[in-house]
Amino acid sequence: MNAGNTMRGAATKRGKAGGEALRDGRELRAIAATVLRLAKQRGVKEAEVHVEEVVDALTRFANNAIHQNVAEHGLTVSIRTLVDGRTARVTTNRVEEDALRAALENSLALAASQPKDPHLLPLPGKQKYRALQRFIPATAKLTAEARARAVKRACELAARRGQIAAGIFESGQSQTVLSNSRGLFAAYRQTQAEFSVTLQQGGAASWAKANAADVRAIDPIALARTASEKAKRAQNPVELDPGRYTVILEPAAVLDLAGFLFYDFAATAVEDKRSCFSGRMGKTLFGKNITITDDVYHPEQLGPPFDGEGLPRQRVVLVDKGVLRNLVYSRRSAKTARTYPTGHGFALPNEYGEAPMNLVIAGGNSSLEEMVRSTERGLLVTRLWYIREVDPYEKIMTGMTRDGLYLVEKGQIGRAARNFRFNQSILEMLGNVELLGTAHRASGEESMEMVVPPMKIRGFQFSEVTKF
Amino acid sequence: MARLRGATYADVRVMHMRQRDLTTKNGQVGTLGQSESLGLGIRVIASGAWGFASTDVMTREGVAACAAQAVAIAKASALAKKKDVRLAHEAAYVDSWQSPFVKDPFEIPLETQLKLLLAADEAMRRVKGVTLTETDMQFRKVDTWFASSEGSKIHQRRVVSGCGIVATCFQGDAIQKRSYPNSFGGQHVLGGYELIESLDLLKHAPRVAEEAVALHDATQCPERTGTLILGGSQLGLQIHESIGHPIELDRVLGQEANFAGTSFLTLDQLHHLRYASPIVNVVADARISHGPGLGTFAYDDEGVPAQRIDIIKDGEFCGYLSSRETAHLIGLERSGGTVRTEGWNRLPMIRMTNVSILPGPWTLEHLIADTNEGILMETNRSWSIDDRRYQFQFSTEIAWEIQGGKKTRMLKNPSYSGITTEFWNSCDAICNAGHWLLWGTPNCGKGQPMQTMGTGHGASPARFRNVKIGTAFSDE
Repeated sequence: MNAGNTMRGAATKRGKAGGEALRDGRELRAIAATVLRLAKQRGVKEAEVHVEEVVDALTRFANNAIHQNVAEHGLTVSIRTLVDGRTARVTTNRVEEDALRAALENSLALAASQPKDPHLLPLPGKQKYRALQRFIPATAKLTAEARARAVKRACELAARRGQIAAGIFESGQSQTVLSNSRGLFAAYRQTQAEFSVTLQQGGAASWAKANAADVRAIDPIALARTASEKAKRAQNPVELDPGRYTVILEPAAVLDLAGFLFYDFAATAVEDKRSCFSGRMGKTLFGKNITITDDVYHPEQLGPPFDGEGLPRQRVVLVDKGVLRNLVYSRRSAKTARTYPTGHGFALPNEYGEAPMNLVIAGGNSSLEEMVRSTERGLLVTRLWYIREVDPYEKIMTGMTRDGLYLVEKGQIGRAARNFRFNQSILEMLGNVELLGTAHRASGEESMEMVVPPMKIRGFQFSEVTKF
Repeated sequence: MARLRGATYADVRVMHMRQRDLTTKNGQVGTLGQSESLGLGIRVIASGAWGFASTDVMTREGVAACAAQAVAIAKASALAKKKDVRLAHEAAYVDSWQSPFVKDPFEIPLETQLKLLLAADEAMRRVKGVTLTETDMQFRKVDTWFASSEGSKIHQRRVVSGCGIVATCFQGDAIQKRSYPNSFGGQHVLGGYELIESLDLLKHAPRVAEEAVALHDATQCPERTGTLILGGSQLGLQIHESIGHPIELDRVLGQEANFAGTSFLTLDQLHHLRYASPIVNVVADARISHGPGLGTFAYDDEGVPAQRIDIIKDGEFCGYLSSRETAHLIGLERSGGTVRTEGWNRLPMIRMTNVSILPGPWTLEHLIADTNEGILMETNRSWSIDDRRYQFQFSTEIAWEIQGGKKTRMLKNPSYSGITTEFWNSCDAICNAGHWLLWGTPNCGKGQPMQTMGTGHGASPARFRNVKIGTAFSDE
């Protein structure tokens, strides 16, 4: 098949405000096959091709009206060649045969320009994958009109309550094909929808967000109502003294903080001695109530069942009852460590190796309500903001609370408090978890979506207070 | 095509983007890749509302379908609009511009580039105690063809180069690192390979590595309120976070409330707020005469010519970053020309250009000599600020104690924090043009979908009084 013709064919499917379709998966296979054929004709024994297509649309609103509304449709072809211990990658979004040939030649030229890498592994062969069904037609078909109507309802709710709404409603779909000249072939497609809403009232604000493969699992009005009620409660915040507090972190706050650990679980990061887990394998680092796995097969996760080299992702128990048990490995880091790859490698070449992309922190049998009831004095945290690493080995993170910080006293949620800056070690924090709720897919702004529970934590360190 | 379908305004950006990325780690090539992307984005106003669609299908049919989709999206936007979009007047321009460079980085043999990085990597690894060495180069060449229904047809080619090296030392229970010429990817400018050659990586590599090791034996930065001198690159980031973002008019107007946040600089503050001490003058200058910054261009992505805007004049707040849509809200007849896009598939939005502090009269040597007791901090390690841009905390890779007008012992884990206007009002000395450099911040995130943009920040070392120091590592 002439890949250039497939592009022109796809163009005729456009024209409406949304519900735009991905190409037939066979078209991506054909592009991949063209690249591998060109490589073979060129005498290249080892070539890898990664074809990715994204269709995405995002409706953005603020001041109770839509102010931005966008759609994109793109396809990229990424080609990696391996010749004589050297490798390089070239990516293009042109799929005509001449463009693919040029990209292949560029990859060969780049690869040839570097010294030989004695540790470079040959491409992996054919693999087996567990099927994952994460493509939901209802999400794929969502139109701009449908998003606008939902946004309008959220804005009307805000206006009725004397509040101002801002947020996004996004829906998208993507597919990927990974193939190499040793017979490996992997394909995956998924949909994803997201609704995020901030409600402002006077000088206060609060927020709610959800992200799922199935747009029908997201209730924009329910989220807007939650944010609205919390914004109302956030009025006239009291200024508290900085210090150590018992905190109840809602799932988004847990995600955005604990999510910063994801890269530390990489075997390459440990080998490079830049992980907070360097020299700590097998040690009890957290409380006995903390178990962390990486599990792309969890029903609330998204993402393909294979890594950047096409190896099947495995479920890995990283932390078991507080003890650091395992890391994740690419083929290269596994060979160095004399173990097996876990299917978490990034596309090569790269210097970072691998990372767990689907963390699951096991939940407990508590709930946010019970956490509040059991707290004599503490703070309920809606979400965190602008989190950055202060100390890489003790994993001290700084950041701000945002969009709803509430004082909890004698088992009741009370007045709002002015936002705090925290400087808190994640290692220490996960040793101070008193209660865990049920774990669900959470969505924040600092870390990728993961499955985490709300947590009640003692001794969380707030260092300074801001003006609101 | 968009006008035929009912748009009252349309513009299009066809963009051809090329990028080369090289990294090394511990003497081995890390990333070695090149990418190319060609596509277009169409922005329209129809039924009084915005719509945007993008495509990489560069055929007549593909472009027509994209235009139709943009109009249909605009009509959907109109379902939840409060008033019609109004654009400030701008003349139509027909022009072509290329950013200046001496050596096209894409014409420099890859072998040459890798050889330099590997040599710098090796020079760092020769220092005993270093546990990780990293280097990187990044080059971009972006051609943009802008056309609008008002008659503008503008072509721009911008070439951007960046480079940096990092040495890390893990020892005992701590990780310390030093970077050159800046952290998080090094220095980036609107220019060619001449940037790389000017950096003299091989000279600085051993020093960087030695400092990374030496930091382990350095004294912990004390916790106190006192005098702080910031190096130029750190002051550039301080400007970025505590001046550049709060002056974005879309943020001020609540358009970023859900993600990037809002701003303490409400419209009533314009020409009233004492933002900084009287010696502080800050401009947003996108013109090439300001320097080869990541915020330098001839026209912004709405086709508005590059301009210089006074942001802080003699300490008083006097200007925002605006667009054609927002300019009239602050009484301007014309956009400030600050709208930019990451790529063909992203909506252009208000972004910092080169937001720079103008130099003062001091040399760094005189400034240190004039400081009885203080701390000099250099090279950013972490940065964080609240969502209205009041309260910030920064940490840097290294600091030196100043005692009796002399730079004395090295300090580790330095940090400082404060409230934006209190901090800027405490500035009592700024170094001169000889110390002033236009630093590039290549990784500024904003918008939904997220867009990464390069911004420029001209800065020279400056002194601040009564600053809270060391809080990040406090245990209280």
